[in-house]
Amino acid sequence: MTPTEYEYLRKFLKDQSGLDLSADKQYLIESRLLPLARKAGLSGIGELVQRLQGSSSALTTSVVEAMTTNETFFFRDKVPFDHFRDTIMPEVIKARAGRRSVRIWCAAGSTGQEPYSLAMCLKEMGAALAGWRVEIVATDLSQEVLEKARAGIYSQFEVQRGLPIQMLVKYFKQAGETWQINPDVRAMVQHRQLNLLHDFSQLGTFDVIFCRNVLIYFDQDTKVSIFNRLARQIEPDGFLVLGAAETVVGLTDTFRPISDRRGLYRPNDPRPAAAKPVVADAAPRLVAMAGR
Amino acid sequence: MKTCLVVDDSSVIRKIARRILENLEFEVTEAEDGSQALQICQRQLPDAVLLDWNMPVMDGFEFMGHMRRLPGGDQPKVVFCTTENNVAHIAQALSGGANEYIMKPFDKDIIADKFAEVGLLPAGHDLV
Repeated sequence: MTPTEYEYLRKFLKDQSGLDLSADKQYLIESRLLPLARKAGLSGIGELVQRLQGSSSALTTSVVEAMTTNETFFFRDKVPFDHFRDTIMPEVIKARAGRRSVRIWCAAGSTGQEPYSLAMCLKEMGAALAGWRVEIVATDLSQEVLEKARAGIYSQFEVQRGLPIQMLVKYFKQAGETWQINPDVRAMVQHRQLNLLHDFSQLGTFDVIFCRNVLIYFDQDTKVSIFNRLARQIEPDGFLVLGAAETVVGLTDTFRPISDRRGLYRPNDPRPAAAKPVVADAAPRLVAMAGR
Repeated sequence: MKTCLVVDDSSVIRKIARRILENLEFEVTEAEDGSQALQICQRQLPDAVLLDWNMPVMDGFEFMGHMRRLPGGDQPKVVFCTTENNVAHIAQALSGGANEYIMKPFDKDIIADKFAEVGLLPAGHDLV
């Protein structure tokens, strides 16, 4: 791959998906795109770039999909799911006891392991959520990935990464060499195609947003824009969960980290500090009106 | 240093498992069938047993039953590691006292995940 081709692909991926590759990711491009080029009957990266310049839209989609990382496994990193079970859900159950519903968004749902891990966590809570309306929305950029997520079929290798054996036996059905997650767990998750660079206000608001290991691929400005838009989709008492290598610190004040809970954030009060005295001034007037 | 007894009649599997477990800082001993493994356990119980199912002389399931009845035999974490990959075998192993279950083929990530699952390795290691 020539430096010109690499620069072209960097800019192409940045424009198409927001993926921000540093100057030294040639190996990543080659490992992902060379197989794709070969499959398309092309001689290599050079010819692939020529095709992209000729704006082949089918190829554009495949290139973006191939470059969007999909490495994921059940209960990845474990800690966020402990937080979900021990910190987030107990608070949500208290706060939403009135309307008995909870909405959760997996903003990088990938092949389904994360949303299904959350669904299994919720199943394990059993009686505490009896009669609740639980909604998990899983979004991903890639249609191909979403189809796999919807099917919920995993290889023997995949079900052994992070998934306790008791959960495998309890929530999956074996089909030859593969394992399919049970229909009642599948039914808890809605899968939708979504590019985080685009408007996502139509998804509505959520009590919990998992947005892990996706922002690391974006540049600062894009991260800030996504955080600010996430803040509009989260309930004021909601929770945001980021990946271990990600943070809001230094990027936005729309969220604040929770101490001793790595990766866990809550939205800040949306009212700017300067607005507060106005509210305080208004209070006596309201009291006076009420007394009339 | 935590100890792990690797029980498998294949010397290749034992060698691969040993290498993975030593990298995870376990002290490894080996046995090539359940009967040898039981003799080792009667002298000293390990922290973990990585256990094949089908072996000559005494199979893994029978070995586990004997080991669990030794004084302190409820302590070691038993992780099956076998080509028996159906639900019936998994359920039998769990009800017989196994803590985890690996379906062959395995790799270092699966071993690390399963040993973390039974509490012998720190959880939440980030594999990015």
